[in-house]
Amino acid sequence: MIYLQLFWEFFKTGLFAVGGGMATLPFLREIGARTGWYTQGMMADMVAVSESTPGPIGINMATYVGYTVGGIPGGIVATLGEITPSILIILIIAAFLKAFRSNRYVERVFYGIRPASTALISAAGVSLLLLCLVHMDAFRETGSFASLFDLKSIALFIVVWILTNPVKRTAKLHPILFIALSAVVGVVFSF
Amino acid sequence: MNGKLLANLFLTFAKVGVMTFGGGYAMLPILQREVVEGRGWATEEELTDYFAIGQCTPGIIAVNTATFVGQKTAGVAGGILATLGVVFPSLVIITVIAAVLTNFADVPAVQHAFAGIRVCVCVLILNAVVKLWKKTVVDVPTLLIFLTVLSLAVLPEFLPAFPRLSPVLFVVCAGVAGVILKALEARRA
Repeated sequence: MIYLQLFWEFFKTGLFAVGGGMATLPFLREIGARTGWYTQGMMADMVAVSESTPGPIGINMATYVGYTVGGIPGGIVATLGEITPSILIILIIAAFLKAFRSNRYVERVFYGIRPASTALISAAGVSLLLLCLVHMDAFRETGSFASLFDLKSIALFIVVWILTNPVKRTAKLHPILFIALSAVVGVVFSF
Repeated sequence: MNGKLLANLFLTFAKVGVMTFGGGYAMLPILQREVVEGRGWATEEELTDYFAIGQCTPGIIAVNTATFVGQKTAGVAGGILATLGVVFPSLVIITVIAAVLTNFADVPAVQHAFAGIRVCVCVLILNAVVKLWKKTVVDVPTLLIFLTVLSLAVLPEFLPAFPRLSPVLFVVCAGVAGVILKALEARRA
């Protein structure tokens, strides 16, 4: 029963992803790798669409993955699965708000989880980088470093990084603009 | 139970969902306008508290905050309705976009566009990680946790024989490590 499995996978994601929408990325990646429901490349496209449309990224990604796997009901089931743990946890915390905020063990648990969550997102980022910027397969075949790097993609990566970081005038612009720019570059230079 | 209040919670949070681009911090100013100034459902301080807790508890921050405000305004039903409200626009918009894109996925121009977009997504993730790093890796123990998890999670990319561990396992172990490291620190002090 695919809907039950979808609900369960996203329930786990909602329960263990700490730190907002991007924190669900490593979980989505692992689900895709384990079930074969979607490839890493498809997942990157889903991230792009989720960043460029209204709504919280985490919810958009859940709906998108769910739709890809099981159509309209799939999108609904995945989203409900992801928000169910949040609703339960927050309703419980809301009842003990003061005690929760000052509990030393709660604070210690999250002190450990937060850097781990950052590391998991970084790892998901690294595997996406490998997918986009280097051709491991071509490199293994030819053994030449010229075939390892995708120079067009690396050039675009550097340009977008510069525009979103050191250049103060563009750094604050909405990500959708950079996504649109990259789409145009991709078409014009046939990535 | 006040039906009109529940309907208002759903609609207001649906509005917040539509106006939020990117989630997380992008949502705070909109919540301030709609929930604090517009409806008076929470004070500025309460909203900041909810947001802080929403960040360090599991789940999407937008969802956690919606559940908090809804629960405070109209009990458990309020929490559920506000949460369904904040996710409703995403469900509709993403379903439409996914359906359209599925039909155009084989067009070469669309494939080139997404190849470019993927590179951009890499940069956006890198930027998000740098921002998170500054907030979450604050001392030596958190740096150790970060490096351990990152190396174990990345290793399978380079060594296919290395087992791919579940993110759930990392999160649980890191929580336990947090308790142990802080307890050791407290004993030493």
